[in-house]
Amino acid sequence: MNGKSRVAAHVKALPFSGIRKFFDIVAQRKDVISFGVGEPDFDSPRAVRDVAMDSLERGETHYTSNRGDPALRKAISRYVARQFGATYNPDTEILVTVGVSEAIDIALRAVTNPGDEVIYHEPCFVSYRPTIIMAGGTPVCVETRREDQFRLTRAMLEKAVTPKTRVLMLNFPCNPTGAILLKKDVEDISDFCVKHDLLLLTDEIYAELTYDSKHFSFIAVPGMKERTIFLHGMSKAWAMTGFRIGYACAPAEISENLMKLHQYAIMSAPTTGQMAAAEALDHGDAAVAEMRAEYNRRRNYLIAAFAEMGIPCHTPAGAFYAFPYIGDLGISAEDFAMRFLEEKGVAVVPGDAFGACGAGFLRCAYATSMDNIREGMKRMAEFVAEIRAEKKSG
Amino acid sequence: MDELLDILRKNARTSTKDIAKMIRSTPAEVAARIEEYERVGTIRGYRALVNEDHLKEDRVTAVIEVKVQPEKEGGFDRIAKRISAFDEVVNMYLMSGKYDLLLFVEGKTLRAVASFVSERLSTIDGVLSTGTHFMLKTYKLDGVLMDMDKVDDRLQVSP
Repeated sequence: MNGKSRVAAHVKALPFSGIRKFFDIVAQRKDVISFGVGEPDFDSPRAVRDVAMDSLERGETHYTSNRGDPALRKAISRYVARQFGATYNPDTEILVTVGVSEAIDIALRAVTNPGDEVIYHEPCFVSYRPTIIMAGGTPVCVETRREDQFRLTRAMLEKAVTPKTRVLMLNFPCNPTGAILLKKDVEDISDFCVKHDLLLLTDEIYAELTYDSKHFSFIAVPGMKERTIFLHGMSKAWAMTGFRIGYACAPAEISENLMKLHQYAIMSAPTTGQMAAAEALDHGDAAVAEMRAEYNRRRNYLIAAFAEMGIPCHTPAGAFYAFPYIGDLGISAEDFAMRFLEEKGVAVVPGDAFGACGAGFLRCAYATSMDNIREGMKRMAEFVAEIRAEKKSG
Repeated sequence: MDELLDILRKNARTSTKDIAKMIRSTPAEVAARIEEYERVGTIRGYRALVNEDHLKEDRVTAVIEVKVQPEKEGGFDRIAKRISAFDEVVNMYLMSGKYDLLLFVEGKTLRAVASFVSERLSTIDGVLSTGTHFMLKTYKLDGVLMDMDKVDDRLQVSP
């Protein structure tokens, strides 16, 4: 070996996810109240689990079509049409993937030529930047700010675009900020894509989880469907993370090439999950509404609790994350998170795990019980008071 | 449904302060609305959901189907009110189907419940027949599983 690593240099150069490090530390502790969990605390709806069990009972334990089970693709087509206002052909424009994570990976690989610039926004989901790099693209980050409620504006994008820009990659409602885009933002950004002839890769996995207004999708804007890869999945709104089902809707030529990558890497998404997903899409609205109502109460509680502590926090209008700012306390987000865990047994994730501009912020997921939220916020109020007292005396 | 009622149905001990935070209101406003619900009788009380199987004391619950002769004036109401007034009857419903009233009756012993049925219930004028079933174990009560909740086995931190 000559002391050389056997790992490819470009993979070796890839940093570990900032959240991973924190995960290892939290995992060593017991009885932690965790605001660090990026998945629903609800179990998948009963009817969805029943359909999965029935499917196993019938011995449906084989591959499906590479594209995904035809009945599920039809269900996706129906759902996307009624919910987001664009019609996709289930035979040529829809691909079922292993969560949205796989869809992001193959989409970027399918549309990026070496050196193409991909604009994305931070703070963002941990995989975005590395996935762009692995696809051979050049990531160009646009930082969103608390003053704008972490919305992305056309003006920010205009500053980042170059002749090499090929793709704009978005995630609204956003993990970790809970930010959404308003209809006007979506229309402006769509204009921007048309003007610069960009392909839009939009991860709308939290679309159903908005609290103050209904989600408005890019594919509802006339002329956008043709230049958009729309990604969605079952994990969040239907609480089906473990089923690992996502999907990509895209124009036929792109979809066919996504399929190529998917087929060589994956074969087909998990069969049991696909059966369950079809049930969720066709009959899951009530279950989603019930979970959304519960998330909304928790969200309201958190916002009120931060306000009582004097911790600034924009109102997160979507997903299930609050993103309070603790920069005024004179302690870094990472130190805050470490000490809060050590001293009070509560886990939050430092905002910079989601990009450098997340420094000074904490991601607090409210996908946890009201009892945990109440106790966790009580301890946070104590901790914040202690930090302030230290600052005063120190 | 009103969010306030939904929250109280799930946990009646949620403080007015906490409810106010959850529904973006004020504690005073929440307290006033609860008081109003109590005044008009929409909220009829608050109580603990007790898993009786955990208690040492003997207690028997029977579910009793009762057929009654409806009356020209008032249908089932007069007789239903009379039956529901018994202390032993803890829940009672008018039903569609093969019988008319469904009663949940509690007593200290099987004998006590049996004598309530034979001596006090079935002797009422208008009661045509009764069918008594004794409850053996409670799995779920008012939407709450009597087994303790399962532990949260999700990863403690995930992206």
